[in-house]
Amino acid sequence: MAASHDQFGRPVVVVTGMGIVTSLGAGKQDNWAKLTAGESGIRTISRFPIDGLKTTMAGTVDFVSVDPPSSTALTEKLGDMAAEEALAQSGIGSKGDFPGPLFLAVAPVEVEWPQRIEVGRAVGKTDFSVDDVLRISGGGKYAHYHHRFMFGSVAGYLAEKFGTKGSPISLSTACASGATAIQLGVEAIRRGETDAALCVATDGSVNIEALVRFSLLSALSTQNDTPQAASKPFSKNRDGFVMAEGAGALVLESYQAAVARGATILGIVAGCGELTDSFHRTRSSPDGKPIIGCVRNVLADAGMTPEQIDYINAHGTATPENDKMEYLSISAVFGDLTPKIPVSSNKSMVGHTISAAGAVEAIFSLLTLEHQRIPPTINYELPDPAILFDVVPNKARDARVTAVMSNSFGFGGQNASLVLTREPA
Amino acid sequence: MSEPKPTREPVEVWITGIGIATSLGEGLDAHWEALNDKRINVDEQRFAPYVVHPWAPIKLDAQIPKKGDQRQMEAWQRIGTYAAGLALDSAGVKGNQEILGRMDMIIAAGGGERDVPVDLAILQAYLKTNASPAFLNERLMNDLRPTLFLAQLSNLLAGNIAIVHGVSGSSRTFMGEEAASVDAARIALARITSGQSDIALIGAAHNGERTDLLILYEFDDFNLKEKFAPVWARTDNSGFALGSAGAFLVIESRKHAEARGAKPYARLTKVVSDRAQRKQPGEVTRTLEGLWSKLGPPADNGALITGATGIEPVTSEERAFLRQHPGYAVRSTGTLFGHTLETQFPLGLALAALSISREKLFPPNDPTGLEVEMSGPPSQIVVVGAGHWRGEGMALVEPIK
Repeated sequence: MAASHDQFGRPVVVVTGMGIVTSLGAGKQDNWAKLTAGESGIRTISRFPIDGLKTTMAGTVDFVSVDPPSSTALTEKLGDMAAEEALAQSGIGSKGDFPGPLFLAVAPVEVEWPQRIEVGRAVGKTDFSVDDVLRISGGGKYAHYHHRFMFGSVAGYLAEKFGTKGSPISLSTACASGATAIQLGVEAIRRGETDAALCVATDGSVNIEALVRFSLLSALSTQNDTPQAASKPFSKNRDGFVMAEGAGALVLESYQAAVARGATILGIVAGCGELTDSFHRTRSSPDGKPIIGCVRNVLADAGMTPEQIDYINAHGTATPENDKMEYLSISAVFGDLTPKIPVSSNKSMVGHTISAAGAVEAIFSLLTLEHQRIPPTINYELPDPAILFDVVPNKARDARVTAVMSNSFGFGGQNASLVLTREPA
Repeated sequence: MSEPKPTREPVEVWITGIGIATSLGEGLDAHWEALNDKRINVDEQRFAPYVVHPWAPIKLDAQIPKKGDQRQMEAWQRIGTYAAGLALDSAGVKGNQEILGRMDMIIAAGGGERDVPVDLAILQAYLKTNASPAFLNERLMNDLRPTLFLAQLSNLLAGNIAIVHGVSGSSRTFMGEEAASVDAARIALARITSGQSDIALIGAAHNGERTDLLILYEFDDFNLKEKFAPVWARTDNSGFALGSAGAFLVIESRKHAEARGAKPYARLTKVVSDRAQRKQPGEVTRTLEGLWSKLGPPADNGALITGATGIEPVTSEERAFLRQHPGYAVRSTGTLFGHTLETQFPLGLALAALSISREKLFPPNDPTGLEVEMSGPPSQIVVVGAGHWRGEGMALVEPIK
C-alpha cells in the first residue's frame, strides 16, 4: 500500500478516468491502437475551400459535426465527448454531479466569418459602415451569438452538464494549456481544497482564419502533397507544425479519496513544472534557460532525478525552432542520459492539437505506462544530425516504463511540464 | 518547487502594489483626486448612440520604453502592460530580476481587437462577389497583418508583461469574462496562503473603445445607449457603457513583504467565486448571499465596492442582495469607469486597497440614494462582482493589523 502523501507531505494526485478525441478517432482504445500502429490523422482539409492557402491540410476531427458550425461549438462538443469517457471510466460522483471543480483549457473565442457574413448580409446593401452593422445587430435575433462567443461559454456548458462545483476556470497558456489545466487540478488537490478535479482540454479551431493566422507566422508545414507525412518532428526536412483538433479529459483525485471509493488508479501526476520565457513573443530564449528551468522544476516538484525518467513525450511540433530548442534544453538537463532515453512526438501522427495538446499527450503518456509500449515518431526518414534523440522512429516499441515526462511549450513564453508515473507498488 | 507540509498556519497575504490606468487617468493620487471630485470621463459622441468611458491619454513610454514593443501590441495589451508596470513600480519590485524571475502571474483576458476596417472591406467585397470560395482565403492571406494574431491572443497580454517587465516565474491566463479575474485572484491567493508561491501579479486590461466589442454585446442588447446614467439609475434604460482600463495588483505573503521592507496597502483576506446558472429569478441574489456568508461575519463600518453592470435583471438581483446588508456603504465602479469586463474585479480590489490605505472611502456618486456617505476609516471592504451574463465573485480586503 502506497503512502497517500508524497515525500513533501502533499496529497498524492492520481488519475482515475481519461477520455480522448483526436483526428485518429474517438476514445482511448481507437486512439491507442492507431497511435501505436503509426497511423496519421492528417489529411487534406475538406471543411472549407482551400483555394489560395499555403497550407491545405490539418488533423481535423471530421467524424464529429455541430450545427450550426463554429469552432467554439466543435470545441465544446469534443470536450463534452472526452469528459463523458473520462467520467464513465472513473465512475466518480453521479450523473450530472461531479464532486469538484472544472479546469478547462480552451482556445480564445471570437465571432467567426460565417457569423460575420450572416450579419453583414442582413444589412441589406452593398456599401455599408460598421454603424450599419451595429444598427442591425440588436433586437435579440443574434442573442445566441453573444452567448456562443463568450470566452466562458464552453466551460459554462460543461460545468452545467457534468455538475462540477464552483466557478469553472477557462484558461489559455497557448500550446501549453492542456498541461496547465492538469497543473491547476493537481494544485487544488494538493492544497486540500478538493478531493477531485475534472481537467479538460479541447480545441476544435481549424477554421479559415485560424489557419491563415498560423500560416502568416510561417509556423505551419506546407508539405501539402503528402499530408500524412507532413508532420516530421526531429527530422532534417521538418518545416512546421500541422494544425489539429482534439480533446483530452482527466479525472484527478487524491490517492486517499480514490482508494476509499475503490477506484481503479490509472496513474499518478507526480510533478508539475512551469517557467516563463520573457525573450520573445514566439521564439524561445536562445540559451534555452526557461525550458531548462521548466524541466528542472518538474523534476524537483516530482522529487525525482533525470535517471528516473524512462520516456519523454516531447512537445515535438516539427517546427525548425521548437525541435532544436527542445533537444538543446533536454540534453542540458539529462546530459549523458539524453541519447538513451526514448523521446517521441505524438504530433507526428495527430498533429498539433494546440490548446488540447498538453492533456492529449498526458493521456498518451499514461497509456504508455499502462501498456508498457512507447508510441513512435513517424515520418522519420531523414534524421536531423543536430538532434541526437532516440525518437522511437516509425515503429512503436515495447519497453519498461515507470515514469514519463510530458513537455508543452507555447507562444508567449509558456512552458509547462508534467511527470506521470504508475501506481506505486 | 517543493512545497511545505500543509499542516502549517495559513499565510497572511498583503496587497503591496497597485497599478491602475483608466478613463480617470493613471496612478493612485490622480484616481484618489478624481474620485473625491466625483469626476466621470464619459463619451456619448464618438460611438453614438453607444456610451463609452475612454482611456485617459498617457505617455506609454514611461512603462513601455521600446517603441517596437508598443507596435507589437494592440490597445488592450498596451493598457495592460502599462498598468502592470505601475503595479510593479508601486510594489517596489520593478527591475528586481531575482523577485520577478520567481513571481507568479495570473492574468484575466479576453481577446484583442480585430482590425475592423480590414474585416469590413473583406466582408463587403465578399458579399459583392457573391461568395466565390477562393475569395475569403485570398483576402485573409493578403490583408491580415502577420503580427495582428499575436496582438489578439489572450495569453499574449501576459506574454508582453513578461517581455517588457520581466515577470517570468509562472504565467497563466484565465478567460471567461468577469469571472476570470475573480478566479485569477482566488487562485493566486490560494497559492500564496498554501505556501505554493510567495508573490504574484494579478490583473486584467480592457479596451472598451472597440466597435467589434460593441457588435458582440449589441447582439443581446447589452450596450447603454444615448445617455449616461449611474448604474443604479438604469432600470428603465438598462445596459453597460464599455470602459477602458488596466488594473493590476502585486500580492505577497506578509513574511515575504516584511523581509524586503515592502509597504502594504491592505490585506487580501479572502476571494470566493461561484456560477449561478441564472435560469430562475433570484438565483444571483442567493449566490451572492452564499458568497457573503463564506467571507465570514461582517464587521461594523464596512464598505462594499461593486462592479454592478447596469444590465437587467442581474443588477436588480444584486440590489436585492445589497438591501439585505444595509449597514454597508456601497460604491459602484460601473458608474465611475464603465464596464471593463475582466478588469472590473481587480479595479474594485485596487480601489478597496487604496481606500483602506487612505483610511477613508471615496464619496458616493449616485442620485438614487443607494450609495450613501461614509465617515471614518472602513474596517473592511467587500469587493463584489456579478458578471453581465454569468459568474459571481467576492473578495474581502482589510486593513493590516
